[in-house]
Amino acid sequence: MTDTLVVSTRRRSWAGWKFVGPFMAIFALVFLAPIGYSIYLSLYKTRLIGGTSFVGLDNYKQAMTDANFWSAFGRVSLFLVVQVPIMLFIALLVALAIDSGRLYGKAFFRVAIFLPYAVPAVVATLMWGFMYGTQFGLVSNINDAFSLSINPLGADLVLASIGNIVTWEFVGYNMLIFYSALRVVPASLYESAEIDGAGALRIITAIKLPAIRGALAIATIFSIIGSFQLFNEPSILRPLAKNTITTDFTPNLYAYSLSFAGQQYNYAATVAIVMGIITMVIAYVVQLRGTKER
Amino acid sequence: MTRFIKVAAAATAAMLALAACGGSDDGKSDTGTSGGGVSAADVDAALAKGGSLTVWAWDNTLKNVVANFQTKFPNVKVELVNAGTGDKQYTAVQNAIAAGSGVPDVAQIEYYALPQFALAKSIADIGGYGASGLKSTFTPGPWNAVTLGSNAVYGLPIDSGPMALFYNKEVFDKHKIAVPATWAEYVEAARALHKADPKVYITGDTGDAGFTTSMIWQAGGKPFQTEGTNVTINLADAGSAKFASTWQPMITEKLVASIPPWSDEWFKALADGTIASLPTGAWMPGNLETGSAAASGKWRVAPMPQWEAGGKASAENGGSSLAVPEKSANKALAYAFLKYAAVDEGKDSRIKEGAFPATTADIAKPEFLNTEFKYFGGQKANEVFAQSAQNVVPGWSYLPFQVYANSIFNDTAGKAYVSSTTLADGLKAWQDQSAKYGTEQGFTVK
Amino acid sequence: MSTTVQSSGRTGATAPPRIKRRKPYRRDQRRSATLTLLTGLVAIYSLIPLIWLLINATKTQEGLLSSFGLWFDDGKFAFFTNLRDTFTYGDGVFVRWLGNTVLYVVVGAGGATLLSTLAGYGLAKFNFVGKRAVFATVIGAVAVPGTALAVPTFLMFSKMGLTNTPWSVIIPSLVSPFGLYLMWTFSTQAIPDEMLEAARMDGAGEFRTFFRISVPLLGPGIVTALLFNLVVTWNNYFLPLIMLKDPDWYPLTIGLNAWNEQAQTAGSEPVFNLVITGSLLTILPLLAAFLLLQRYWQSGLAAGSVKE
Repeated sequence: MTDTLVVSTRRRSWAGWKFVGPFMAIFALVFLAPIGYSIYLSLYKTRLIGGTSFVGLDNYKQAMTDANFWSAFGRVSLFLVVQVPIMLFIALLVALAIDSGRLYGKAFFRVAIFLPYAVPAVVATLMWGFMYGTQFGLVSNINDAFSLSINPLGADLVLASIGNIVTWEFVGYNMLIFYSALRVVPASLYESAEIDGAGALRIITAIKLPAIRGALAIATIFSIIGSFQLFNEPSILRPLAKNTITTDFTPNLYAYSLSFAGQQYNYAATVAIVMGIITMVIAYVVQLRGTKER
Repeated sequence: MTRFIKVAAAATAAMLALAACGGSDDGKSDTGTSGGGVSAADVDAALAKGGSLTVWAWDNTLKNVVANFQTKFPNVKVELVNAGTGDKQYTAVQNAIAAGSGVPDVAQIEYYALPQFALAKSIADIGGYGASGLKSTFTPGPWNAVTLGSNAVYGLPIDSGPMALFYNKEVFDKHKIAVPATWAEYVEAARALHKADPKVYITGDTGDAGFTTSMIWQAGGKPFQTEGTNVTINLADAGSAKFASTWQPMITEKLVASIPPWSDEWFKALADGTIASLPTGAWMPGNLETGSAAASGKWRVAPMPQWEAGGKASAENGGSSLAVPEKSANKALAYAFLKYAAVDEGKDSRIKEGAFPATTADIAKPEFLNTEFKYFGGQKANEVFAQSAQNVVPGWSYLPFQVYANSIFNDTAGKAYVSSTTLADGLKAWQDQSAKYGTEQGFTVK
Repeated sequence: MSTTVQSSGRTGATAPPRIKRRKPYRRDQRRSATLTLLTGLVAIYSLIPLIWLLINATKTQEGLLSSFGLWFDDGKFAFFTNLRDTFTYGDGVFVRWLGNTVLYVVVGAGGATLLSTLAGYGLAKFNFVGKRAVFATVIGAVAVPGTALAVPTFLMFSKMGLTNTPWSVIIPSLVSPFGLYLMWTFSTQAIPDEMLEAARMDGAGEFRTFFRISVPLLGPGIVTALLFNLVVTWNNYFLPLIMLKDPDWYPLTIGLNAWNEQAQTAGSEPVFNLVITGSLLTILPLLAAFLLLQRYWQSGLAAGSVKE
């Protein structure tokens, strides 16, 4: 067996590129080139008065001491630490429930809970925005009925309200990833567990959870990346809550405002790159921890 | 690995080369702007020759103007594109200019954003084409807004927004509130109204840069001064301070509805009386008619409340002009379109469709003044607006980076609406952040 | 790592490996009402906004806020009026947006699936110089915020004259890192090396082998990747937002947002009822696609999650 492999490796040393080539070509165009250009931009500064000049790492120094950037970063980190576990936990519970075979109509649940993923973020945010209305929306109905005064877009609740929208959008998607991983657990494991007389809970902790460890890691990484890049939902909700969703609410929103409202492309590129590096480092660390436990 | 690196390096090098060629986006070459060497004759020649124009505007009334223009000048083709409202339009124009391609020939630019484009030399001085002779054609507010107090003309006004107080007469009468003549009376009326019915507010306010600047304008403040590259920002001057202290109780005592403006809820609140009045520009009737139709007949228009008893001061709120980007290849032809839309037949069709005129002649026309507004119970509201237009406090100017400043208004001054920060402190925060931006951009800011 | 060993197909040489379905042997066939109820809560949570959408698409602009959010507006069932208005408002621009979205999705998602299938297959079945770098770079690129790329991509595309054209939306959507990952794992699982060896011995070229042998084996994976790319391109918002200026080229997402913000202009009318009806119409095709193609993506995802 090994002999054949060695021979084929040498023979195939460039054939792979025929397949990977097209993808990588476009990838270079839409990812690598812009990243390169972004790095280039971050080393310059353009002023309304004075034009463009090379400033080296000044933009990066500015980003390090930029209170707006770090408060935005703190905000998405907080978001991350609260929303991601909640969402993944619910997704896990639902996946386990559906997999347990003890539900009535599990096919319905599988589909119903997954449906929100098919809804564009724009539509989801518009819908929830309507429902969050404190004057005439659903929230106002609830407030009137229970004599409350909840303001979902007020300063104390706005991050949670956005978290709610994101959770709503992705819990089904994550649930499905977990469920699919559960589906391929070999039957033999369950059989031996039954022989050993293991209860339902023990089956979950000893068989199911370890089996989906990989899926859990992947879901966590993608959720982390998604949280750091939070943009769509705050951006679309902004007109409804300009005072609480500031232009520097999340790092991505900050970079966007810098580019388009302030025409500060260079600094925006810097912010985005710093954010990208932080995200990559954290994602890498999570991945290491996730795979270490094998 | 090596081949990959080579490919990546080549790609990056190519991109850098491209970027370098594209040139620094600020090679603000002071090419002889049209100020010198062009004349009205060029415009006539361009019209005779014909050609095509791209117009970026969101104003609905321009649709018919474009159609009629093409009928009158069959050898000119005009494409009207709605590239976004307000901010989005400015972003699009600035992006196009930065990229060096796709720049329109005509762009709709609101008055507050004009200085930013003028300073960056992104728009052409159309004085030479004949615009410099148009001073008496336009009302003072808009004219000042397009000339920026200089000899150059950066655009032609297509509408204006002299302010007035729109109020719901039915609600006012029900709670026996008299129409306030001063802002002090307005605050009192707010208290009385809200006490009589806690579900009703005299107005809605969640912090709006345009509203704030217009109020300060009316109060006589001049917080933004520009001289060349020297900028002074003082949001604590007499007018600004007057505004801040008078308006503060409205926020602290929760006398303003915190419904985000221009949202579905806001239109509904205007319709059902939750928001009982609106100090805003003369272009509002159209929006009330389509958005809050249920309240037709219940609203009226009154002159703006005054800062000094017995005064007549007013200010402008909103309003836009049409400008010609410097990078347009067809400036003379573009000016022909501008003139048609703002001065000649174009403006008549627009006024008929509800645009509030910026021209002295139209504001004075009897049939204009006598128009009875069904929405206002038959009131001849244009009389109030026309009067207001004449009383606009002179000498106001915006920052050369007002678009940016307005974009961070809610981040800074907006805090006053959602926390215990006072309006005065909020304005100071706005001032500081705007000043910081100005300095970064190379201005000398005081 | 045991799962990998199991499904690599070393057993049963030529038959395409079946996705193992666990036999329902377990004794607790008794269904739990409590569990169903609890899961039901989550389902209600997922469905409420969609129900809200459906109900409110039957209301007129005025009726939208004068009636209770989760029930119909008494006496006024305006669904068909709303439908008609959505399609005719603004000279029928909604239909144009629908057409644009279909174009972007068919070419974009289709192209993305093709490219990621080819590339995933290449990564899984070939050993070549730079392979590790490719994988690391692509996964690393996912972590880069969209905003870092948006403006430079925009500036680049402007210089190439591509902005405000369909290409500015389609080209970026041709790259799908998730699709790549999915097809890579799927190729590793579903295509036994022996088959490829056999084909090579017979003298078949690589592409011939690919299309004749590998693609049929990759079926469910391709459909899964296609479906997910479909969702991503259908819902594409951020990049088209900057690339497109002309409303004639908007996809549905941007068009709906434009309608939503339209009320903010002097003289323009609020059309929130059309935004809602339009939103409903926008999500229907995707929901239909998912419901009809359930079989494929469920098995596709299952195989994709086997490794890691």
